[in-house]
Amino acid sequence: MTMAQNAQKLVQKHGLIVAFILFLVVVSLSSPEFLTFGNILDVIRQVSITGMIAIGVTFVVITGRLDLSVGSMLTLLTVLVVDQHNQIGPGFAILLTLIASVVIGAVNGYFVGFLKLNALIVTLAMLSLLQGVTLLYSGGSNVNVTNPQETWFRVFGRGEILGVPMPVWIFLITAAIGSLFLLKTTFGRWIYSVGGNETASLFSGVQTKWVVLSAYVISGLATGFAAVIMGSRVMGAQNTIGQGYELTVLAGIILGGTSMLGGSGTIWRTVLGITMLGFVQNGLLLLGFPYYVQWLVTWAVIILAVWIDLAAKRGRIFA
Amino acid sequence: MNKPTTVADSASKRNTDSSTSKVVKKLTKVVSEQHIWIFLILCMVVFSFASPYFLTLNNLGNVLTQGSFIGLLAVGMTLVMINGEIDLSVGAVLALASALAIGLQPSIGVWPAILVALLAGTFFGFINGAIVAMSGMHSFVVTLGALIGIRGVVFVYTGEQALMVEDFSYTEYVEIYLGPLSLTAMIFIGFALLFQWVLSNTRHGREAYAIGDNIKSAHEAGIRIKRHKIINFALCSFLAAVAGVLLSMRLGTAEPNAGRIWELWTIIAIVLGGTRLTGGYGSMWKTLGGVITLAVLLNGLRLLNTPNYIELMVMGVVLILALILDKTLASRQAR
Repeated sequence: MTMAQNAQKLVQKHGLIVAFILFLVVVSLSSPEFLTFGNILDVIRQVSITGMIAIGVTFVVITGRLDLSVGSMLTLLTVLVVDQHNQIGPGFAILLTLIASVVIGAVNGYFVGFLKLNALIVTLAMLSLLQGVTLLYSGGSNVNVTNPQETWFRVFGRGEILGVPMPVWIFLITAAIGSLFLLKTTFGRWIYSVGGNETASLFSGVQTKWVVLSAYVISGLATGFAAVIMGSRVMGAQNTIGQGYELTVLAGIILGGTSMLGGSGTIWRTVLGITMLGFVQNGLLLLGFPYYVQWLVTWAVIILAVWIDLAAKRGRIFA
Repeated sequence: MNKPTTVADSASKRNTDSSTSKVVKKLTKVVSEQHIWIFLILCMVVFSFASPYFLTLNNLGNVLTQGSFIGLLAVGMTLVMINGEIDLSVGAVLALASALAIGLQPSIGVWPAILVALLAGTFFGFINGAIVAMSGMHSFVVTLGALIGIRGVVFVYTGEQALMVEDFSYTEYVEIYLGPLSLTAMIFIGFALLFQWVLSNTRHGREAYAIGDNIKSAHEAGIRIKRHKIINFALCSFLAAVAGVLLSMRLGTAEPNAGRIWELWTIIAIVLGGTRLTGGYGSMWKTLGGVITLAVLLNGLRLLNTPNYIELMVMGVVLILALILDKTLASRQAR
């Protein structure tokens, strides 16, 4: 095999990563602080909350469904954990938040998995509903942790181990657990099989309803953990804190190459996609562009990444 | 609503009076297909009793005007949805058109600015459609990208600032009323009727259903799917641009964040009306019903002084109920 063929194969298989490395090189040439250890850690810390949610949503996307409610859910759960922290203490607040996240995920999962309603609409309805619940709960005002300096709750968002921020640890450990779960357990294979061919998996004895429901529960739970990090990092919560997260999360998942049709995708690809979005954002800022230019780049990157992926699979550029 | 008649029942009816049973059958069909209008009437009755301000011509006219912006987005998106596709970028296109219409006025004049705004909107729809058709990517992914990107274009153009119209006579262009009906509402209803005619009486309309129903057999029947989809995406964005221009006339300003999450409200209105996301099924009548119902719900709740969060919760619950109702009716029809 010649060099050119090798290179072509590499680009076909990992075109996205190649493009990403090119981007890293270009930015680091013009901005020396870009590829320093501190900046890299900063970027991963910034994407850790989106990343946590994305890991959960990846499960849902692999089953061939969508979860648009995670942004509103993040808002509600952050408000909940911060407010309850002041009332029943950090431990119970976190427990309560995680329970709430599981319940919300299960409601989504019940409507989509058991009643077989359209996932896009159900989670859209949930987006609106949870926004309402948040305002009802908070009365429209912002909540703040009353003693941010003393509480151990600060560990999750502001703590460090071995010089690496706590959110990064949580993000990476969750990614590892999620990945193992998806690739090494029977349940993980069920997730893929439901996304690949639901009827076939039903006939081979997979409880598809329950698999879908658990995917939504995982998505909810991941959002619950993200809310704990968010609350601890900000030590407060506005009623709009999670707005738009659902789209960023989806953009990252799509960028990673997970198909919206279900049946394919991995956690590490999602982590890669989300991290890449973070680096693009950070790199453009370091190059001195206004922050909204990243949206234009994100647009181009999403279209190109998915198109190249499709083109490589079918061996032709155009459909 | 439509109780299943027993066999003996319908048999006796057939014997005695076949024409009445035909009427009943037709009526139940209309009811099960256009249930949104019944829901709308119910809502209106409830709100009329609950608030004395609701059932006035003035208020109803306002409801229509307020619903027209989402309505214009919904008319375009219905076309796309009947194709089995989705367009998430309509809110961003609306913001872009509204920014261009106001921002370009001082340099090139009002009407050229409006023309450029409409053309720019249509252009981005064309791009979306072309990418969907050429690449084979899912329209959800393509237009999700466009939602982020076109919003970026708006921010680049406006520099994060809200643009204010200089000559305030611009805001009077839309102050034309036919009784309680504003020009904005007339444009919305006009487009809805026009595209209902297109859907039911033209080749383009027939092909829209065929493609949404079964894209493969549509292709084998010789329908030019790519061209068709590109046209529909362009139309959808054109209508979003019309909504944007009308909004800029109504407000006199163009916010870079205008129309944010309106694509979600648009989807809510359409689904409430009964058009299905799976494609091949739906009509402008349903969308019209959905849009008006949404506007009536919001208006009625506001008249009752319900806090903002009740609105959001009611929308969520109504949407899920609409889905469940649609599902039951569809499975009953299938039987």
